[in-house]
Amino acid sequence: MKKYSVSVNEIHCKACGICIGLCPKEVFGEDYLGKAVVQDTDKCTGCKICELHCPDYCIEVGEVS
Amino acid sequence: MTKKKNIELLQGNEACALGAIRAGCRFFAGYPITPSTEIAEVMAKELPKVGGKFIQMEDEIAGMAATIGASLTGKKALTATSGPGFSLKQENLGYACIAEIPCVVVNVMRGGPSTGLPTSPSQSDVMQAKWGTHGDHPVIALSPSSIKESYTLAVKAFNLAEKYMTPVIILMDEVIGHLREPLDFDEVKDLEIIDRKKPDITPDKYQAYHGGEEGIPILAPFGTGYRYHITGLTHDESGYPTMAPKVVERMNRRIVNKVEEHKEDIVEFESQNTEDAEILILSYGGSARSAKEAVLRLKAEGYQVGFFRPITIWPFPEKEVGKIAEKVKAIVVPEMNMGQLKQEVERVVAGRTKVLGVNKVDGELITPAEIITVVKGVE
Amino acid sequence: MDRIYEKYFRTDRLPHIWCPGCGNGIVLSAFARAMEELGVDQDQTVVVSGIGCSSRATTYVDFNTLHTTHGRALAFATGVKLAEPRLNVFVFMGDGDSTAIGGNHLIHACRRNIDITAIIINNNIYGMTGGQYSPLTPTGKKATTAPYGMIERNFDLCELVKGAGATFVARGTTYHAKQLTDMIVAGAKNKGFSVIEAVSQCPVSFGRRNKMRSPLEMIQWLKENTINVKAAAKLKPEDIKGKILIGELYNTEAPEYTAEYDRLIARVQGGGK
Repeated sequence: MKKYSVSVNEIHCKACGICIGLCPKEVFGEDYLGKAVVQDTDKCTGCKICELHCPDYCIEVGEVS
Repeated sequence: MTKKKNIELLQGNEACALGAIRAGCRFFAGYPITPSTEIAEVMAKELPKVGGKFIQMEDEIAGMAATIGASLTGKKALTATSGPGFSLKQENLGYACIAEIPCVVVNVMRGGPSTGLPTSPSQSDVMQAKWGTHGDHPVIALSPSSIKESYTLAVKAFNLAEKYMTPVIILMDEVIGHLREPLDFDEVKDLEIIDRKKPDITPDKYQAYHGGEEGIPILAPFGTGYRYHITGLTHDESGYPTMAPKVVERMNRRIVNKVEEHKEDIVEFESQNTEDAEILILSYGGSARSAKEAVLRLKAEGYQVGFFRPITIWPFPEKEVGKIAEKVKAIVVPEMNMGQLKQEVERVVAGRTKVLGVNKVDGELITPAEIITVVKGVE
Repeated sequence: MDRIYEKYFRTDRLPHIWCPGCGNGIVLSAFARAMEELGVDQDQTVVVSGIGCSSRATTYVDFNTLHTTHGRALAFATGVKLAEPRLNVFVFMGDGDSTAIGGNHLIHACRRNIDITAIIINNNIYGMTGGQYSPLTPTGKKATTAPYGMIERNFDLCELVKGAGATFVARGTTYHAKQLTDMIVAGAKNKGFSVIEAVSQCPVSFGRRNKMRSPLEMIQWLKENTINVKAAAKLKPEDIKGKILIGELYNTEAPEYTAEYDRLIARVQGGGK
């Protein structure tokens, strides 16, 4: 099974919650400000729904070779 | 064998359009409005012949917008209108001022306010040309008084626009727009043509709104490898919006000062017998033709009258008029409005001499006799 | 940051000014992906915008960018495109920007079929000024200037531009971000005037007043209340009632304005009349 890396730019993140809510695998949690944090990378299937829907270009999903 | 003369009988509007093409204008966007429509008609016919483009837009506002858009590709662009259309153009005229985009706007003045007198002359947009769009901004407005000048000032308007990176207004009146006179093309064959500067630095160091020592920006045409941002928001030297007070102040002052500080180069006027005049007649555009005739008749009767005609209405030739004000008993200002330029003369004269208006707002040109009556009434 | 963002965004201008959860950012990244897919030359591409939230798009993308006056983006863009037809021209507008103050310019750009691709971000509201109703605010919805609910009828933007003569018309949403990219690509490939309506969420000025507080709630509403035009064709009218149709709605061929003008020049210069 392929593995993915997920990163969030917490400086540009505006805590809108879209990625947290749209992710089908609950990869993200939120910090005390409501900003997205990656809590379980292993669950990521690489669908990139988070990256495509992040209004602030904070998320990058990459394939781990 | 006598050489066939290169003379054509032309309207002011036609001469203005041909002058624009001569200046290198290759784009026109406008909307039909009396009494300026002939300019659009000539451009529609002539531009394709020289590879230029004409478009009749959906309204006056769009005409101004498309003119600015075309200029951004490096083309010299023109639009033409009259009072009500000039009102509508003010929005994007302001845009051209703040974004510093060269273009020429002809306003063939007709009677107002509102729809007013579509086919009758007026000079009542003098202040609209200066303050019509909101905010502090530079203004250059030229006033032709003959058919030849309609041609040469069209060239000058483009030269100033390209040199100072700002919109230039040709403030014509219906008298000149629809007047017919012969134009000898041999007399206007050696005109200087100025093209806007191109950046001489590489795109990575380029700042569109830096302005350099002269305070005049160099805007690279779209598609030439310099990618930058143009906005009607107050912006910094790189072109991006800013609200930083120091930067805002600097930009506002620079765009006004680039014209104010180059008045010597921009200001143009015609003067006669101002040295020994007791009374000065100051007039412009169509009215200046009656004023000139009045001067001739008064001199024949022994009056010491001088004549002064601002060709640049804005910036107003204040230094020259101020000097004359020291010596004359009165300045008489004939104009087809209720005293718009007279107000500016009064400001410049600052009480040093009397200023009398000859004002007419009935849709008819002021006659020499009407001017003579006022001059003879000076005590 | 993703390579596409590095390439097409002015990363030094980010973060952008849009509110948390605003759909504009999603539309703009869909646009960047479309540019990558099209392989456009950024130096030869002009992006124009009007006024309002949507108009700030031009600040953030690395092209020849032109942020114009309210409603006038298409009129400026028409000047750019006609003067220099070799340039690719894209225009970002909002719903109020394009259909209220800019409505006249919109229908005439459609009529001329000038080769410009317009992306209209429809968030149903004037966001920048704080939530006033636009011609695309659905009847019954609330706005600061419709505190008792909107009683005017709203335009169907896609029907409007189709009727006015646009040759490519598509509607997407911020939920369907990938399809939005495909639509922008297809619109850009159309030799003529293309309109892509991007239905978007404005959580702050629209959602708050209309019982949809969170961006997530709004984006999920878009998922659940839209139906692809191809799927809709197989359904009964009652099954698609109240749903927003998305997908490529119209695509046809017609003479393109700048090409017609070039032909006119050739005709005139060739001695024709």
